[in-house]
Amino acid sequence: MPARLRPRLLHRRGTPYVQLAAMAVMLVLLVLPILTLLARAASPALLSNLLHPAAVDALRLSIVTTLISMALTLLLGTPVAYLLARHRFPGMRWLDALLDLPIVLPPVVAGVSLLLVFGRRGLLGGALDHVGIHLPFTTAAVVMAQLFVASPYYIRTVKGGFGAVPRRLEAVSWTLGKSEALTFWRVTLPLVMPYLIEGLVLAWARALGEFGATIVFAGSLQGRTRTMPLAIYTALERDLGSALALSAVLAVTAFALLLAFRFVLSVRDASE
Amino acid sequence: MKSLWSHILGLGLVALMALVTAAHAEDLVVYAASSLTEAFQQEASAFDSAHPGVHVLLNFAGSSTLSTQITQGAPADVFASANLAQMKVVADAGLLDGDPVDFAGNALVVVAAAGTTLSSPEDLAAKGVSVVLAGPSVPVGAYSRKALAKLDAVYGPDFSERVMANVVSEELNVREVAAKVELGEADAAIVYSTDAAVLHGVKVIAIPAKENVAAVYQIAPLRSSGQLALARAFVAFVQSKQGQDILAQHGFTPPPG
Repeated sequence: MPARLRPRLLHRRGTPYVQLAAMAVMLVLLVLPILTLLARAASPALLSNLLHPAAVDALRLSIVTTLISMALTLLLGTPVAYLLARHRFPGMRWLDALLDLPIVLPPVVAGVSLLLVFGRRGLLGGALDHVGIHLPFTTAAVVMAQLFVASPYYIRTVKGGFGAVPRRLEAVSWTLGKSEALTFWRVTLPLVMPYLIEGLVLAWARALGEFGATIVFAGSLQGRTRTMPLAIYTALERDLGSALALSAVLAVTAFALLLAFRFVLSVRDASE
Repeated sequence: MKSLWSHILGLGLVALMALVTAAHAEDLVVYAASSLTEAFQQEASAFDSAHPGVHVLLNFAGSSTLSTQITQGAPADVFASANLAQMKVVADAGLLDGDPVDFAGNALVVVAAAGTTLSSPEDLAAKGVSVVLAGPSVPVGAYSRKALAKLDAVYGPDFSERVMANVVSEELNVREVAAKVELGEADAAIVYSTDAAVLHGVKVIAIPAKENVAAVYQIAPLRSSGQLALARAFVAFVQSKQGQDILAQHGFTPPPG
């Protein structure tokens, strides 16, 4: 919160009834379901539910695929974010808006679009088939679905980070005879690091919860494409207990990520 | 300004309540198995015309999804399941009005994507063939596994095991299974013969009667229905001559037994 706003808020008298009422409604809507989920999941069967092979496979698959998609996001998203933040070129606004589009699109639409391009009868399907690559129903398809829905969050955040680095500092480094690459590693990157982490946390949280694009493009098979959200949906039909246990793990993991994200933010704000 | 806004808000609330009550007055909510989609759309419009002012709302999904939704309190009036197991889930929860009745039967077929060389159920086990099935709790998934086990007697004891090794995805209802083959993403799948009839550009491969599995569809009104008389009337309509004719038009058989 900007410092100049603080005194006014502190001096406002009386109890903020309206705000408290709104908060109560939002807590019931947003927080109560999650707390209830955790309470229901915390049964004596929790451990055995989590150690069930289907649950273990789903956990492992979610961890592995999101780690891969985050590594790819870092590798591919960072240069794109840099390009968008630092260079002006024709059609930039269009490209910028296009790269945000996956955030707005319903994930099922993402899955269908991926099929239309990378599916066996898709735009590139024939060419891929020719070189022996079949993407649908593979773990690679899971990663692609996650990249599609999650990497725009990263690019957006890191683009803002590159935009916020004072060009003056880089110029000083250049005048001191440091190369552009060295300047990037020693000056720009450390300054952008909090944004990078923030972007990764956001993208990871989104990738972890990815459902719609995955079930359409990658299908659902235990150990190969059935990530946590898909396993939860599948378990719901058979065994509420194991669905609750998996949901609780997902909720706790996401909460830990978001809490870490808050700490990163406070560190960044303090350094500014 | 404040009074204007409160008027608008008030009017909005009244309109909203009117909408909500209007939507509830004559609507009969029927939860039906995915495979019943076309048949029940026709049943619903026939029932609507026989009962002026009544509108049947249909919710199609895998029977296992529907039974979960119903046991979790979904506001349905009638449940039509593609097997006994999922109807039993709802019955065991004490949510049925009376006993469910068998109202239709169905058979399984293999569908293969256009351009594939599959010609017999045996080819499901061939190397490199990608197969999609429904999950084991979805009725068609359970029937498919039963049929595959029966086919072991024809194609060798490890036949079903080899088919299961070719499975690339387990879907949550029969229409999603069919879509994967219709889109050409998977080579083959097992669906109901009624689903095969509405698919475009797929090859239909029969499963011999001896190894086939007869699907049994059950229907029942739900106790929690706010309009039980109407719900019972719909169930009776589906069993009537007119209702059975509609099912037959869509390829369903009379209930076995």
